[in-house]
Amino acid sequence: MKHKDISDAVLVNRYINGDEQSLSILIYRHKQKIYSFIYSKVFDKDITEDIFQDAFIKVIKNLKLGKYNEEGKFLPWVMRISHNLVIDHFRKSNRMPKFDNSGDFNIFTVLGDPAMNAEKRLIKEQVDCDLRRLIEELPEDQKDVLIMRMYKEMSFKEISQQTDVSINTALGRMRYALINLRKIIEEKNIVLSN
Amino acid sequence: MAKLYSECPSKKDALLNPKEATIDFLLNYSKALSVIKCNDLKFEVLQN
Repeated sequence: MKHKDISDAVLVNRYINGDEQSLSILIYRHKQKIYSFIYSKVFDKDITEDIFQDAFIKVIKNLKLGKYNEEGKFLPWVMRISHNLVIDHFRKSNRMPKFDNSGDFNIFTVLGDPAMNAEKRLIKEQVDCDLRRLIEELPEDQKDVLIMRMYKEMSFKEISQQTDVSINTALGRMRYALINLRKIIEEKNIVLSN
Repeated sequence: MAKLYSECPSKKDALLNPKEATIDFLLNYSKALSVIKCNDLKFEVLQN
């Protein structure tokens, strides 16, 4: 009698009675359907492989423990186990999302080390120092507004109250401060970048 | 109009199979697993 002619129910019974070869026939008979079913849900071969393995470990345990009621529905039973394991997988991955870095997208192109290295830190210090000196060259009223806005992070309302001028005047002084700074930078050919 | 060619489905299906190593593991696991019945209790034993 060829394997093809033996029903699942008979193979399951034989397996329960100790015939290991029957399990092999059952697995080879249904592996593609079960594997494809799992893959159609998770779209990842490694995860599919894991779930496929876990599903059959459950099948083996249940059969050996005599928990399986034979109703001639071996495949739907394995499918149900696989389906439940797929759900478990998604529950787990929702709780603990895993970043897959195997594709074209590389997270490190987006995430960088925010800490500057020694060279960049030195350049930044130099630029900050140069800028401070340039600001010192501005007229007093413009310099005050710029320092209050950029270094003390005050709002224009607060600046206007502090300097006893209207908000529009404070805005105008800030505008001229920036125009004049640009002029000085252009005149003196200063490079302020890091 | 350009012709549309889709990938041969049979080729794709052939890839959707578990690895031989997985099946071997399951068959070996099954051979190693035995259930011992003691009164109303059942114990799983994994032999190496």
